[in-house]
Amino acid sequence: MSKHASPTLPAPVLWTRGDMDRFFETLRKEGYQPVGPTLRDGAIVYDTLSSTRDLPVGWGDEQEPGAYRLRKRGDEALFGYVVGPQSWKQYLFPPRRKLWSADRAAGGLEFKPSAEAPPKYAFIGVRGCELHALQVQDKAFLEGPYADPYYRAVREGSLVVAVNCGTSAATCFCASMGTGPKVERGFDLALTELLDGGQRFVVEAGSARGAKFVDELSPQAAAPEDLAEAARVVERTAATLRRKVEPGGLRELLARNLEHPRWDEVASRCQTCANCTLVCPTCFCSTVEDVSDLTGEHAERWRRWDSCFTFDHSYLHGGAVRASAMSRYRQWLTHKFGTWHDQFGVSGCVGCGRCISWCPVGIDVTEELAAIRANDLGKDGEHAHP
Amino acid sequence: MRTLEPTLAEHPFFRDLAEDYIRLCAGCAKNVVFKPGQYLLREGHKADQFFVLRAGRVQLQMEAPGREPLTIQSFSEGDVIGWSWLVPPYRWAFDAKAVEATRCLALDGACLRKKCEANHDLGYELFKRIAAMMERRLHATRLQILDVYAAPGR
Amino acid sequence: MPRPAADLRPAPLAAEPMLPRAFRVAARRRETHDVFTLELEPADAPGEAFAFEPGQFNMLYVLGAGEVPISISGDPTRPGRLMHTVRAVGGVTRLLEGLKKGDSLGVRGPYGAPWPVLDAEGRDVVVVAGGIGLAPLRPLICQVLARRDRFGRVSIVFGTRSPADILLAKDLERWRSKFDVDVLLTVDHAPPGWRGHVGVVTALLPRAAFDPANARAFVCGPEVMMRFTVQELAHRGLPAASVHVTMERNMKCAIGLCGHCQYGPEFVCKDGPVFRFDRIERIFGVREL
Repeated sequence: MSKHASPTLPAPVLWTRGDMDRFFETLRKEGYQPVGPTLRDGAIVYDTLSSTRDLPVGWGDEQEPGAYRLRKRGDEALFGYVVGPQSWKQYLFPPRRKLWSADRAAGGLEFKPSAEAPPKYAFIGVRGCELHALQVQDKAFLEGPYADPYYRAVREGSLVVAVNCGTSAATCFCASMGTGPKVERGFDLALTELLDGGQRFVVEAGSARGAKFVDELSPQAAAPEDLAEAARVVERTAATLRRKVEPGGLRELLARNLEHPRWDEVASRCQTCANCTLVCPTCFCSTVEDVSDLTGEHAERWRRWDSCFTFDHSYLHGGAVRASAMSRYRQWLTHKFGTWHDQFGVSGCVGCGRCISWCPVGIDVTEELAAIRANDLGKDGEHAHP
Repeated sequence: MRTLEPTLAEHPFFRDLAEDYIRLCAGCAKNVVFKPGQYLLREGHKADQFFVLRAGRVQLQMEAPGREPLTIQSFSEGDVIGWSWLVPPYRWAFDAKAVEATRCLALDGACLRKKCEANHDLGYELFKRIAAMMERRLHATRLQILDVYAAPGR
Repeated sequence: MPRPAADLRPAPLAAEPMLPRAFRVAARRRETHDVFTLELEPADAPGEAFAFEPGQFNMLYVLGAGEVPISISGDPTRPGRLMHTVRAVGGVTRLLEGLKKGDSLGVRGPYGAPWPVLDAEGRDVVVVAGGIGLAPLRPLICQVLARRDRFGRVSIVFGTRSPADILLAKDLERWRSKFDVDVLLTVDHAPPGWRGHVGVVTALLPRAAFDPANARAFVCGPEVMMRFTVQELAHRGLPAASVHVTMERNMKCAIGLCGHCQYGPEFVCKDGPVFRFDRIERIFGVREL
């Protein structure tokens, strides 16, 4: 929802670092479990936060195709990094979740759904690209003929605290996908961290749920200079973006280039490791595992993340439909940028660049798309396949 | 006298063939009838006939020692059988057995070859039709080799 | 201002859409050496009829072993027990094969887009089945024959591997005995004693009588068989928009959430498994899609 859409939303306020601490305390009092960025294993990951001290204070990241490294910023920024390997989907769509259990009983089989309800999360530090990723996944998990009840419960119960990016990585291409760096809508609160002239945060409410926090923290209204500086922060970040995807007509471009030689070329580099799909904030494939105890009287069904890069993903009657790396890479890229439009009316890519950074061989989707566009087999109207 | 021309002209294989050509072909044709169990042709025997099926059913079979004869194709009304009369050494490569009372026109191979040599236009017309029939049979054979209904992984 | 205590409670979960319902085997019979038919009823409501549309499928679950998508083969015009005709080709289907009368299993469904039978009213109907592909077409055939007068000429063209692989033999016999249905049956190869057609199913298609300008074809079988069948139908002048096929891909959730059954832009589980052929014609020949 746009910040201007509702006249009842309060004007932006200014928070200090101390207000941020109090914000975390209020979240806990309100029954929220704050989750957000923290330092672990040489990366910025998302985990449960007990206070602002758990945030990656003073840390930034440097990213290139196939490369991610942390660096000290030389300041006390809370949100001075870009994005790490994880995304919010791990909370909404957990990597492993029990769906139900079954027992053999006198009257036949008894099925019991997994009753475990999710916590009320407060997602702290959601970027523009990530807000869009949530909306993209909403379409997959909530807007089809069947909805995922767990996803719905998390989505409806969570507080989304967005952050405008104050820095970009070399792998970012949000602007060309229309998802960032400015957060536009779909948040409860949006923060812009100002560092010049002392650390402070411009906070705007995007929903009634978010507005409550603004009211409760006895805020100081943001001065026009602070608002102008907040706008400049996002503008400066936007100006640093180096990568881009030409989004026009991608759906058609890919649909008519299914037999493009570039697929074989990229497949010669692709390790089919599935990293890109695991770090992708919109990838939603899952599979199920059926487990039973030794008696064979009790069984459970678990859902876990899957990837279209695995051989088993397309398993059919003793073999894989997509046996070659070529066909699996093609599936991922044509789905993400092409058929996603057919299925959900939006692109499956939000331009976060994770798949570029975390690809062990540095395959760059923006480069692959450009290569196909540069040699469009079907642009004269002829069929791209025989 | 009732000729075989109308019968030939009605058959799908000869459909829309010029009347002159129908007459030339009919000149090589005679009516034949097979009882169930009778062979139209036997593997290795001289291939001197081209069968134009009018009614009944014929099975194409291959026999191997120690095995039951395997039927690999059947023919019925509207089909034609045999092209070995076209290609030296003019020997059948299969058995063809009637499984129902079967009525055919049998066209004499040598007679047809002679007329095709004398009239290449007729030859070309016939060969186009035979080539189309062979293409379909080859295609069907390839499909059979695929064994599309086989259990996967076996 | 503190929130009401109720607000601290986590949101309750809505019903799990992937939860099966317990069914029991009411009857089973063997069709061929590897095909069998199960009749099932809900464990808690044995007389309850199972409503579905022709072409839809269920997920069948064997305790601890897993789930498989299986099309429903019953007669939708005579609601009753749920019927599945299954070929034992994998782990779960072999366990289903071993179920006896009274045994339990899980069922969820029905899922998927059905055969558009109504769309064929007033037209000739050509049903082309290959092997176990006859099972998902059986409900359609039942529905067409139940309102026979609403359709033009009706042909059922069925090809299978050998005479020993003819499933639903009683049905085929019953349909064949009707004067207003043309049943054409062929086997890929036959041992001695078989007096029927021998050859691939596409070779029989020229014998099916229909008006290509006013007909609907419904095709189900192995993908290769369907590929050549739609070619042959096109050769007969039937437009792609008059042909329906069923696609098969790896179905795990059956409700469009897991991503496995994607076929180009389609989710086979919810956009299919029945597709009007012109919808998928562009991608039908693309390998490994």
